[in-house]
Amino acid sequence: MKKYVFMASVAMLFIVSCKKDVNDTSDESELVPLSVEFDNIVGGQNLFLNTVTYTNGAGEDFNVSMFQYFISNISLRRADGTEYVVNQDSSYFLIRESDAATRFARVKVPEGDYRQLSFILGVDSLRSTMDITKRTGVLDPSGGMEDGMYWGWNSGYIFVKFEGISPSAPVDPSGQRKFRYHIGGFGGYSAPTINNIKKITIDLSASGIARPRKGRNANIHLMVDLLKIFNNSNNLSIATNPTVMFSDFSTNIANNYTAMFYHDHTEN
Amino acid sequence: MSKRFWLFSVGFIILVSCSKDIVDQFEGFRKPSHFPEPSYALNNNPITKEGFELGRKLFYEPRLSRNNTISCGSCHIQSSAFTQHGHDVSHGIDDRLGKRNSPPIMNLAWSPSFMWDGGVFDLDLQPIAPITAHEEMDESVANVLQKLKAHPDYPKLFKKAFGSEEITTARMMKALSQFMILCVSANAKYDRVKQGKEIFTADEQAGYTVFQQKCSNCHAEPLLTDFSFRNNGIAIGTNNDEGRYLVTLNPADKYKFKVPSLRNLSYTAPYMHDGRFYTLDAVIDHYRSRVQNTPNLDPSLQPGQGIAISDDEKTKLIAFLKTLDDKDFITNRLLSEQ
Ligand code: HEC
Ligand code: HEC
Repeated sequence: MKKYVFMASVAMLFIVSCKKDVNDTSDESELVPLSVEFDNIVGGQNLFLNTVTYTNGAGEDFNVSMFQYFISNISLRRADGTEYVVNQDSSYFLIRESDAATRFARVKVPEGDYRQLSFILGVDSLRSTMDITKRTGVLDPSGGMEDGMYWGWNSGYIFVKFEGISPSAPVDPSGQRKFRYHIGGFGGYSAPTINNIKKITIDLSASGIARPRKGRNANIHLMVDLLKIFNNSNNLSIATNPTVMFSDFSTNIANNYTAMFYHDHTEN
Repeated sequence: MSKRFWLFSVGFIILVSCSKDIVDQFEGFRKPSHFPEPSYALNNNPITKEGFELGRKLFYEPRLSRNNTISCGSCHIQSSAFTQHGHDVSHGIDDRLGKRNSPPIMNLAWSPSFMWDGGVFDLDLQPIAPITAHEEMDESVANVLQKLKAHPDYPKLFKKAFGSEEITTARMMKALSQFMILCVSANAKYDRVKQGKEIFTADEQAGYTVFQQKCSNCHAEPLLTDFSFRNNGIAIGTNNDEGRYLVTLNPADKYKFKVPSLRNLSYTAPYMHDGRFYTLDAVIDHYRSRVQNTPNLDPSLQPGQGIAISDDEKTKLIAFLKTLDDKDFITNRLLSEQ
């Protein structure tokens, strides 16, 4: 029984948070395209996998072999405060640095002038516990251990996977100096545990509001600075924490990475 | 809950009445009369003969592993009540050893969580863990799907089970669940006694009384587990497996493991999450005199003292435990590799 109560409260939270758009009577056929572009960078530099060495706030050199994350539950707010929530079934994206095509989250929204963008970095708890038939596309838990974004032994999605090589990391059994950050945790199914689901809200008014219109493709261009994973409210050192997966410490990284995103410009 | 079951029964009646001639003796899922309602969402996965048969074939399919050598059935062997008899911890691909003992595939329709630590909350998600585990099958589900698509038989079998040749993660998992859900063990002497068809011997009856006084607060009837997570006082293992804590990160869950069922113990040795005890004798001696005061020891067990059980009670208790052996379950042809 306890489980149901717990699940029900999780569901309630979602119902409450989704309620906002009930006054939105947009007709599905009237929707126009809008994309959100996730442009991964490292401080002032573009991100290149494997080849380039970067330095984090602790002064540790590193390069990046993998950087990928889930973006979901996109919503947009108009100047008058009304919000449009993208149909949830079409609102899951896996942004992978290794595949340039995945840098765009493409959704459909009513024409309008939008001043604020929100999304979840990760996969919401409701979807994380849905029947397997509802887990298609990027949510299909069929990936392997290497580039998969799913924990089989502790049912749940990995929200952010960030791996690389650093001279500050200890030698692992494969002889490499690898660091691995696999961050997830949707709050637990039958017993509560860490919740690293992060809602990100970005104001677009300073760098260009989005004006999606029929026959055009508005694009909100975001920068995603992975240096923030190391340095924001918590300082992270590769030497001290070369591997962070499902653990209490992971919440520090999750609190850091909420600051990765900033709005660069909008192409309307 | 009861509505769900009611819906299921209606579905089942329709299923039976629509396909009387095809279904033959395939009975689908039947809740034993003395069992509670199952927790598996049967209405999300209606069990059919074709789905079950596909699931069975997948369960015994070595293509689910990287080098096509290990099947689910390699570690979950029917004659050992679907455990890996004789192995303390599981023995997988390239002779790699896991860290835990293979539990039985048995009465899983009633299990609200899976694995010794309850890390998996839906049976449909369970196979992903062994398929991807480095020391088990070391494969990706995506690769398995490729192998099945390229196979001469599987597309047809998926069509029979699900209406089209499409092979998806969800379909594969649902089929495996259909097989596992039908691995029901409910025909031990104990069950026949419960159903009024047989009676215990005097020793068994005395052992049953001991059991009810000393064991059933955790190993609750009729499934012989209450599915809770507890520390039963076995010493912390050499690999310091922290059990349920790994899933909840709650310090109060350290060293707690899921209470296992006590059905079919004659076929499932060795015992405990790491297979440390080879005999029931050793298990009962643990409870009698070796309970360790490790963090989060269950309050019903007294450290050092444990549970008072005399030698005579022990003999009778073991006699009772033997009435939980279900020969039909380990020999049922329907559940064997065909
Ligand atoms: C290498 C041996 C091995 C293989 C192969 C294997 N398993 Fe297991 N299985 C285990 C072990 C060990 C556990 C317990 C793991 C744990 O608790 O961490 C387990 C647990 C389970 C459970 C949970 C049972 C319960 O009561 O909680 C199910 C269900 C299961 N396996 C099904 C399967 C299926 C389906 C396959 C094939 C896709 C499979 N297993 C392949 C060893 C194996
Ligand atoms: C406080 C709850 C509790 C009580 C009381 C209890 N057990 Fe257990 N039992 C457990 C837990 C938990 C495990 C699994 C522990 C592990 O593997 O770390 C277990 C495991 C077992 C196993 C191993 C089964 C397997 O498949 O590996 C047997 C056999 C067993 N208990 C028999 C008994 C008997 C007989 C009694 C009564 C004398 C008893 N237990 C009392 C909680 C309990």
